[in-house]
Amino acid sequence: MIPLSHYLIVAAILFSIAVAGIFINRKNLIVLLMCIELMLLAVNLNFIAFSWYLHDLAGQVFVFFILTVAAAEAAIGLAILVVLFRNRRSINVIDLDDMKG
Amino acid sequence: MSYLQFVFYFFSALTILSALGMITVKNPVHAVLFLVFAFFNSAALWITLRAEFLGIVLVLVYVGAVMVLFLFVVMMLDINIAKLREGFVRFLPLGVIVALAMVVELGLILGAKYFQLAGHPQNQSMLPNTEALGNVLYTQYVYPFEIAAVVLLVAIIAAIALTLRRRPDSKYTKPEQQIAIERNQRVRIVKMSAEGKSK
Repeated sequence: MIPLSHYLIVAAILFSIAVAGIFINRKNLIVLLMCIELMLLAVNLNFIAFSWYLHDLAGQVFVFFILTVAAAEAAIGLAILVVLFRNRRSINVIDLDDMKG
Repeated sequence: MSYLQFVFYFFSALTILSALGMITVKNPVHAVLFLVFAFFNSAALWITLRAEFLGIVLVLVYVGAVMVLFLFVVMMLDINIAKLREGFVRFLPLGVIVALAMVVELGLILGAKYFQLAGHPQNQSMLPNTEALGNVLYTQYVYPFEIAAVVLLVAIIAAIALTLRRRPDSKYTKPEQQIAIERNQRVRIVKMSAEGKSK
């Protein structure tokens, strides 16, 4: 049988790839959103692995809710992206400096 | 190597490779397709953990709806890819170093003996996964379930409200004005004397 740590390490690699993606694609807002989706996927894999190895269905229920919230987040994020592109003709993060942050 | 181990290593390798492809390809459309592939492979990984319902939900809902929405938006926007790729090479070493550091640290922690749970769980119930999940979802977690429904409703309304725009040049009718109309705005009664008798 596959030990739990193998699943956790796969999830850790996925999460780190997503973090690296945020670093190297820091201009492109769409790829940033996709990297966040990848992070959520890695977290979900952790939840499901623990749920199976600890005989507790709460982990899977939590994944269910994470999927719901992630879908809502993606919908609102893409809506904001479309409005942003309509007003700015660009999705470059560099152009979004109205707040002078 | 057992069959399950083969399946696990095969699908984890494909997941990781497609995730790597996602963050490195030039074209955002290809990145979305790589992400879809990563989702498919992790659905298979979830099914090796007997989470069949969630694996299928991941493919149907996530790939079928959310990723298609991504694809739709990526194809709709007319973006200059070359400009967005600026700084890719400059930040590549930093990203690789950060990711490697995270992998090594997490690997050191997860390689410890506390995480070496192995073997078949013994007291797993014989219920199918969907039924077992439904049993807890509609009883113990019914309030979170309803809150999730509200979250989705808010997301629908927010997405519509954000992207709605009124165009002054389009000739659509306003239902609220049509309903609020008064009788005397439409009908005018004209009093006039009767005409003479015809012969």
